[in-house]
Amino acid sequence: MNIRNVKLIIAREYFTRVTSKSFILGTILTPIGIGLLMWVSGYIMTQTDSKIFKIAVLDDNHALEKHLKNTKTFAFTFRDEPLETLKKQAENKKYDGVLFVPKLDSIQESKITALYYSDKQLGLERSESLSNRLGKALRKYKMKTLDIDQKTLDIIKTSVSINPEPIKKNGKDRSTMTSMIAAGIGGMMGFIMYIVVFVYGMMIMRSVMEEKTSRIVEVIMSSVKPIELMIGKILGVGAVGLTQLAFWMVLIPVILFGVNFAMGGAIGTMPHTEMTQEVLNNPDLLTGNTKITQITYEIMSLNWWLILPLFVFYFLGGFFLYASLFAAVGSAIGDDVGESQSLTLPISLPVIIALYIMMAALKDPNSTMAVWASIFPLFSPIVMPARLAFDPPMWQIVASVVSLIVGVWFFAWLSARIYRVGILLYGKKISFKELGKWMLNNK
Amino acid sequence: MLIINQVTKQFSNHLAVDKVSFEMPKGSIMGLLGPNGAGKTTLIRMITTITMPDSGQILFDGEPLARKHILKTGYMPEERGLYKKMKVGHHLVYLAQLKGFSRKEAKREIQKWMDKFDIMDWWDKKVQDLSKGMQQKIQFISTVVHRPKLLIFDEPFSGLDPINANLIKDEISQLHKEGASIIFSTHRMEQVEEICEYIVLINQGNNILEGYVKDIKQDFKQNHFEIKYSGSPINSHFEALDIISHQDNTLVFHLPEGENSNVILQNLLQQGVDIQSFREILPTFNEIFINQVEQNTPNR
Repeated sequence: MNIRNVKLIIAREYFTRVTSKSFILGTILTPIGIGLLMWVSGYIMTQTDSKIFKIAVLDDNHALEKHLKNTKTFAFTFRDEPLETLKKQAENKKYDGVLFVPKLDSIQESKITALYYSDKQLGLERSESLSNRLGKALRKYKMKTLDIDQKTLDIIKTSVSINPEPIKKNGKDRSTMTSMIAAGIGGMMGFIMYIVVFVYGMMIMRSVMEEKTSRIVEVIMSSVKPIELMIGKILGVGAVGLTQLAFWMVLIPVILFGVNFAMGGAIGTMPHTEMTQEVLNNPDLLTGNTKITQITYEIMSLNWWLILPLFVFYFLGGFFLYASLFAAVGSAIGDDVGESQSLTLPISLPVIIALYIMMAALKDPNSTMAVWASIFPLFSPIVMPARLAFDPPMWQIVASVVSLIVGVWFFAWLSARIYRVGILLYGKKISFKELGKWMLNNK
Repeated sequence: MLIINQVTKQFSNHLAVDKVSFEMPKGSIMGLLGPNGAGKTTLIRMITTITMPDSGQILFDGEPLARKHILKTGYMPEERGLYKKMKVGHHLVYLAQLKGFSRKEAKREIQKWMDKFDIMDWWDKKVQDLSKGMQQKIQFISTVVHRPKLLIFDEPFSGLDPINANLIKDEISQLHKEGASIIFSTHRMEQVEEICEYIVLINQGNNILEGYVKDIKQDFKQNHFEIKYSGSPINSHFEALDIISHQDNTLVFHLPEGENSNVILQNLLQQGVDIQSFREILPTFNEIFINQVEQNTPNR
C-alpha cells in the first residue's frame, strides 16, 4: 500500500467535506436546532394555565371547609344550596365548575368519588391537582376526627432505602443511584454509537456510489489501488465525523447553557407546576441540591480511566467495521439507487438489532443476551459502551475487545474484496450469490 | 515500449481476453481497435495495472509491468468523470499528486497547461459548472500533466466539437513528437487512419490483425484504380480495362496482378483522354475493420 496516496486521499476526503456548505451548516445548525427544541419545549412546559378556576363546593360532610385551601389555580367557595342551583349558576358563568363531595359512610371509607360538574374540561393536570387537594383535605378531616396529630403521623412513618454493599473487600461501594446513572450514561454512549455508525456509514456509502456513477473511479484507479481509495475514504470521513463530534461537544453544552440562561434558569427549576411541586415538597424525597451532589459524586466515582479509552476504542472499531461494510455495499450498488435498499438491509439490520439489545441491556446489563451481544463484533460497538458504566467483569471486556479487533480486520478484508471488484463493474445487477463469489475468488 | 505476451483474463462468466500477444513499437501511436465488448477496456485495465492478468506477461519498456510504471502512464478512460464539487485547480493538483508530483510541481505544470489552453480563469470554478467539453479538457490535462512515457486515450474526442477535437489532436501529436508512446482506442476509423501508425485489432478477446497502418493498407488493397476525366465518354478508350464502375466521368477498374498502372495511364493519355485525376483506391480502415471482424466472428 502506498501511504502517500492514502494520505492524499484522506486529505481530499476531509477538506472537501469540511469546507462544504452542508457540513458547516449541519455542524452549526444541529446544536442550534437542539437548543431551539429545548427552548420551545421548555417554554411550552412552563406555560401553565394561570387562570384561577372558581369552584363551588357542595360538601355533604360539612367538614372540609377548613381543610380545602385555595391555590394558585383554584378558588373554592363552599355553598349549601342544592346542586341544581349551583349548576345553574355555573352555567351562568358565576363559577367555572361545581365540585360535589358525597358523604362518607363512615370514617373508614377509603375511596370516594367526587363529581365535578362543568362544561369546561379540567385537563389532566388540574384534574390531578384537584383530586390531590381534595384527598389532602379529607386526610386532615379524618385525622381530626380520629384525633391524630401530625407529629404522631410523622413518627409512624419510616423512610427506607436500600444501599447495596459489596461482599468482597475490594468490591465497589455503590448506591441505589449508581445503576440509574450508569444506565443514563451507557444509554447515551450506545445511542451516540448507533448514530455515528448510521450517519457516517451512509455518508461513506453515498460517496462510494457517487464516485462510481460519476466514473471518477476509472481515473483514480489508474493512479491508486482500490484498497488505498477505500481506506483513505474511510479514514477521511472518520476524521470528518470526529471533527463534527468535537464541535458538537463544545457547541451543544454552550447552547444549552445559553438557552437555560435565557429562560432565567427555568429548565433547571422547571417543576413549576403544582403537581411536581408537591412531589418536591414531599420530605421523603431528596431535596434538589443533595440530589445533584449525589449525581455528581456517582458520575465521578465511575472508572473513567477505563470507560473513556474503551469508548474511543468502540467508537473507532464500530466505525471502521461498519464503514468498510457500507463502502463495499456502495461499490456493489453503483448506478441503480433502487438496489441500495435490498443491499443495505443486511448491514442496517445488525445495527438496529444492536440498538434494541443495547436498550434491553440497560435494564439487565448482565443477562446472557447482553453478555454475548457485547462480545459479538457486529453488536459490541453499540452494546458494550452501554454496559461499561455497569462495571462488567474484566474477562468480558477483554473478550469483547479482542473479538472486535478480529471482527474489524475480518470485515474490512471481506469488504475490500467486494469493493475492488464492484467499483469497476458497471451496468450489472449484483446478487448476493455474486457477492459471495467475489469474496471467495482470489482473482 | 509494450510487449503483451499471451495475456489472458477470465471473468466469472466469460473470457474477456484470450491469449492476446502484440508488441507496441516505442514512440509510436498505436490504435487499439475492436468492436464493443472485444476486450479493449480489459486489456487497457491490465496495462494500467488496475486489474491483473490471469496468465501471460506484460513488459513495460523491457521490464515486467509493476505498480511503479503507472507513474509513467497517463490513462484517459472512455468512461471518465471528475469530482463535481471540487474546484478545477484543486482537482488537477490532486490528480497530479497521485501521480507522484509534489504540490508545487503539480501547480506549476498545471498552470502551464491551463495557460496553453487559455483556461486559467477556470481555476476556482467548480467542476459541475463546466460543460462536458470543458471537463474533457481538464481530463486531458490530468492525463498528460505528469509527462508520462505511455499515454492511453480511450475515445478522447467523444463529446468535443471539431475545434476542440483538433486542439486535442494537435496536443497529442505534439506529445508524440516529444517521444511519448501513445495507445489510442477508438471506433472512429477515419481517426485511426489520420492519427495511428500502428494498429492492433481485437475481436472476442483475440488479436486478429496487427501491423503498421501503411503495410496493412497495402496488404488489403484490391488493385482498384480510379480515373476522373472530362469530356464526353468514349467507350472504346476504356475497352481494355476490367471496369468495376463507370459513371459521371469517374471510372473504377481493377488492375490485374503484374500489370503496371503507369502503362494504362500512358495509353489513355495517348488516346487523347483528358484525365483530371488518376489514383489507386486503398481500402479504408472502415472496410478492413468490418471485413476482418466479420470474418473472425463465428456466430454471425
